[in-house]
Order: sequence, then structure tokens, then C-alpha cells
Amino acid sequence: MSAAAGGKTGNGDVAASGASPLMVLLAGWLVPGAGHALLGKWVRAMLLMASIVGMFAIGIALQGKVYTPNTGEPLDMLGFAGDLGSGLLYFLARLLGWGQAPVLVAVADYGTKFVVVAGLLNIVAAVDAHSLASGRKQS
Amino acid sequence: MTLSHFSAVLLFSLFASVVFGITQRAEPKKMVRFAALCFAWFVVGSVAASWVMWLIKP
Repeated sequence: MSAAAGGKTGNGDVAASGASPLMVLLAGWLVPGAGHALLGKWVRAMLLMASIVGMFAIGIALQGKVYTPNTGEPLDMLGFAGDLGSGLLYFLARLLGWGQAPVLVAVADYGTKFVVVAGLLNIVAAVDAHSLASGRKQS
Repeated sequence: MTLSHFSAVLLFSLFASVVFGITQRAEPKKMVRFAALCFAWFVVGSVAASWVMWLIKP
């Protein structure tokens, strides 16, 4: 899919990058900040990556819970949807068994919220990169 | 790793504000201003909410 196919392209940097909006969206979801990096917006990409990865890492360090699918609990499903927003970070956490210990202290519950919000912020960042790539956001 | 509740608030506010600033504004100067505003509201709101909880505690 070309950049023009995803909407009007009003940003010269975006047109020069040659990345399609869908590719930018997927890259931004999988790796925090990668969508902006594909568009050549390096400072924004680094800041987004530092913020989202930092938030996720602090959540894990606080012994926050990483949600798993198919628990049957509605709140767990929402938590899973939020966690999944972190892209590869979520799969890495599942692979390495991070966040699987039971939450026993209040600070660990904060960690759970940090992990979920990191995922939600990553979705916001990926959608922003998509808007830049499609021309909906000018700069 | 352990954090006090207030330092957790500060870190949460900082990270969320950076993302909000970058994604919700188009020009760098406005991004910085919006991020600073978000950070201030996060912190002030958290402190205000904690005082409200203290006032209504049984």
C-alpha cells in the first residue's frame, strides 16, 4: 500500500520516507517509537521509546502483573488488551515469564497499572505515527 | 525495586505527559507546553485527590 492509498500525504518527510501508513502503524505498535522513526522523526521516536519502554520496565520492576488471555474475567480481558498494546514488549514479557508472580503489595499493583498504561500509550503513539503517514496530521 | 507512592506518581506523570505532548500537538514548542501542562495537572490532581481521600476517610 502506498502512502497515497492511505489518505492524502501532506508531509514532505513522510512522502520521502516511502513507508505506507499501515506499515508505520504496525511498526509503531510492535516497537515503541518505530513508527515515528520510519518517518524520520528521530527525536520524537527516541522520546516515545524512552517513555513507553521506561514505563513498561518500571512496571515489571515493581513486580506488576502481565495479563494473559482467556482467563474469563472481564477485567483481566481489558488488562490483556492494554498489555497487548506494548507489542513485542508484551510477547517478550510472556516469553521470559515476567509479571507472572501474584500481586501481594500495593506497589506491585502500581506496577500492573504502569504495564497496562505503557501499552495504551504505545497505541496512542502508533496511531499518531499513522496519522502523520496518512497526512491527517501535518507535522 | 521499590518506589514511594509520590515518586510513582511523578514517574507515571512524566512518561504519560511526554507521550501526550508529542501525540496531541503538531509543533515542538506547543508539544513542550502541552506536556508541561499535562505533567502539572497529573501531579496537582493526584495530590488533590489524595487530600480528598484523606478528608472522607471513615
